Amino acid sequence: MAETQRPLSPHLQIYKWQVQMVTSILHRATGIALSVGALIFVWWLGALAAGEDAFNQFKICMGSPIGIILLIGWTWSFFYHLCNGIRHLVQDAGAGYAIVQFVRSSWASVIVSLLLTLIVVGYALSAGGAA
Amino acid sequence: MSANAKDLRHPLKRARGLGSAQFGVSHWWTQRTTATGLVVLGLWFVVLVLGHLHSDYATMRAVVARPWNAVLLIAFLITMFWHAVLGLQVVIEDYVHTRWKEIFLMVAIKFIAVLSVLGGTLAVLRIALGA
Repeated sequence: MAETQRPLSPHLQIYKWQVQMVTSILHRATGIALSVGALIFVWWLGALAAGEDAFNQFKICMGSPIGIILLIGWTWSFFYHLCNGIRHLVQDAGAGYAIVQFVRSSWASVIVSLLLTLIVVGYALSAGGAA
Repeated sequence: MSANAKDLRHPLKRARGLGSAQFGVSHWWTQRTTATGLVVLGLWFVVLVLGHLHSDYATMRAVVARPWNAVLLIAFLITMFWHAVLGLQVVIEDYVHTRWKEIFLMVAIKFIAVLSVLGGTLAVLRIALGA
């Protein structure tokens, strides 16, 4: 270890949590989750091509309690990454960088993604089918 | 120091505009381009799935076999994995500090992505062409 007494940058436990850092962290986390979800998407296509038995196997796995929890997680990950991704595209164009707008759009990403997840999961459960 | 030593970079390096990573802004632009595509393709896919929560195996195959659906599913596959590789690459660059692990993961995600796209595309084609 270095013996110099340089000041350390504050670590995560010391930072006061702000919605802007939550949206940034969640964007990465949901991105990683969706990358795994992409493999499930390939499994779905492969099972559909392989035959009815393989497809039923897929349906049983994804229709199990763990499968449904994962699907709900991926649904929220998708909508969050979508909402916050659109927010990032707007910011890439140079808009929305004032602190007030930045905080407001952070909250919008979180809240709108939760609402969309609620609508989609609610619809899927009321329709009574999984995957 | 003389006045012309303000910028230590060679004029040719500045003209090429590739920066220290040697890739210039291509990563940034490709990430945004695929993101824009995924906004449309992702929403289309969610609507497609929600419309077929109760569909049986034969119906689902017929849906995937429709030309527009097959084309868009393959486009979705390519764009999704391309975007995933670009995003995971940044996460690996930021958090994996052991050089050999970093290179191993960088190569691994590319191999997995290419195989997934090829496998998924073959699945769609098998269904679409009735093989």
